[in-house]
Amino acid sequence: MAEHHHHRHGEPESEMTLRVRAIEQLLAEKGLVDPTAIDRLVELYETRVGPHNGARVVARAWTDPPFRDRLLENGTDAIAELGISGLQGENMVVVENTPQVHNIVVCTLCSCYPWPVLGLPPVWYKSPPYRSRIVREPRAVLAEFGVDVPAEQEVRVWDSSAEIRYMVLPQRPGESAGLGEEDLAAMVTRDGMIGTAAV
Amino acid sequence: MDGIHDMGGMHGFGAVEREADEPVFHADWEGRALGLLLQAADGMGFVDDHLRSRIERTPPADYLRLSYYQLWIRALETLMVERGVASAAEIAERVAATSEGGRAPGGSDVTLDAVEAMVAGGASTKRPEVEIAPGYAVGDRVRVRNDHPFHHTRAPRYTRGRLGEVVIDHGVFVFPDTNSEEQGEAPRHCYAVRFSARELWGAEASPHDSLCVDFWEPYLEKA
Repeated sequence: MAEHHHHRHGEPESEMTLRVRAIEQLLAEKGLVDPTAIDRLVELYETRVGPHNGARVVARAWTDPPFRDRLLENGTDAIAELGISGLQGENMVVVENTPQVHNIVVCTLCSCYPWPVLGLPPVWYKSPPYRSRIVREPRAVLAEFGVDVPAEQEVRVWDSSAEIRYMVLPQRPGESAGLGEEDLAAMVTRDGMIGTAAV
Repeated sequence: MDGIHDMGGMHGFGAVEREADEPVFHADWEGRALGLLLQAADGMGFVDDHLRSRIERTPPADYLRLSYYQLWIRALETLMVERGVASAAEIAERVAATSEGGRAPGGSDVTLDAVEAMVAGGASTKRPEVEIAPGYAVGDRVRVRNDHPFHHTRAPRYTRGRLGEVVIDHGVFVFPDTNSEEQGEAPRHCYAVRFSARELWGAEASPHDSLCVDFWEPYLEKA
């Protein structure tokens, strides 16, 4: 398991381990949770649900214009065409970056994030600095992430304050001509689909 | 509730710190915590509205001190007590009696594929079967009501009283203000509203930039 030094701590790790184990025992005894299902859920989010899913969606949109149109018209249905759906992605809206508009996604109130396409959110996405600043000074935060948005290009921040989950469709890089869907998917990053990276 | 959770636009939190090659979970207990939340929701009868409202009642200093998974566990404990699953004393006793290495009793032979199929079904709070005429249409100018309820609500403080334009009608969704307080789903239309950055932050903001925020209809009034 990784070192914990980047993690904010309210209580020592071992105390949380014991606390969560105690709660799991109580809930299991009452038949409210199945410990084996928890094992499988952990495995699911560590191996199957992650940004590689969103990258497939982006690569398809870049290579299949009718799919791109369906994706922007009804994100949930178009994403489901690739077999991707589920918790925290039941109602998806995909927003497209263009030379005119750069989109970014945040949840200022909590940690809403499109799990089926991006997996579980990184700690920084849930952190007070990102949640407070990205709506107030998006260009400064983007610069810290290494993204330079021209002054005339609109920065459009989507605050996921309801039950819609947003994903950014990045612009296809100029140097990607001729690449197939799989190679294109490999170019797409998690941050590109949050809007904190160019691709 | 005007709590610390509603932090859009606040100053002073410093730089966004990113972790290279961040793992999905930073400790085993975080994965267990996620699994507990997802598993217990059905049996205990709670949804995200309930969880969020309990998280938001965390005293501000504690909210900032705790990690997000710690906030989740704290809210789960609150819901366990509220719903009569276990008393606070029972939870404390069990924590004190728990040692490293133990595993919760029981378990099944559920497979990864079965769990994946369950998760893939989701738990949508959209209520397309509820027919309500929308109060607003795309293109309408709206103002966010200057309401400051003590209960859970989802209109960020930085938008209140501000003027925007409806850009999407998302359809009809469970209303968190009533649902979180056990007063029913009361579904309402939900809209994306676009604001100019200057409307929200004044003349220092870029004249080109904008923000889109989602609102249930009761949060809005005609401009």
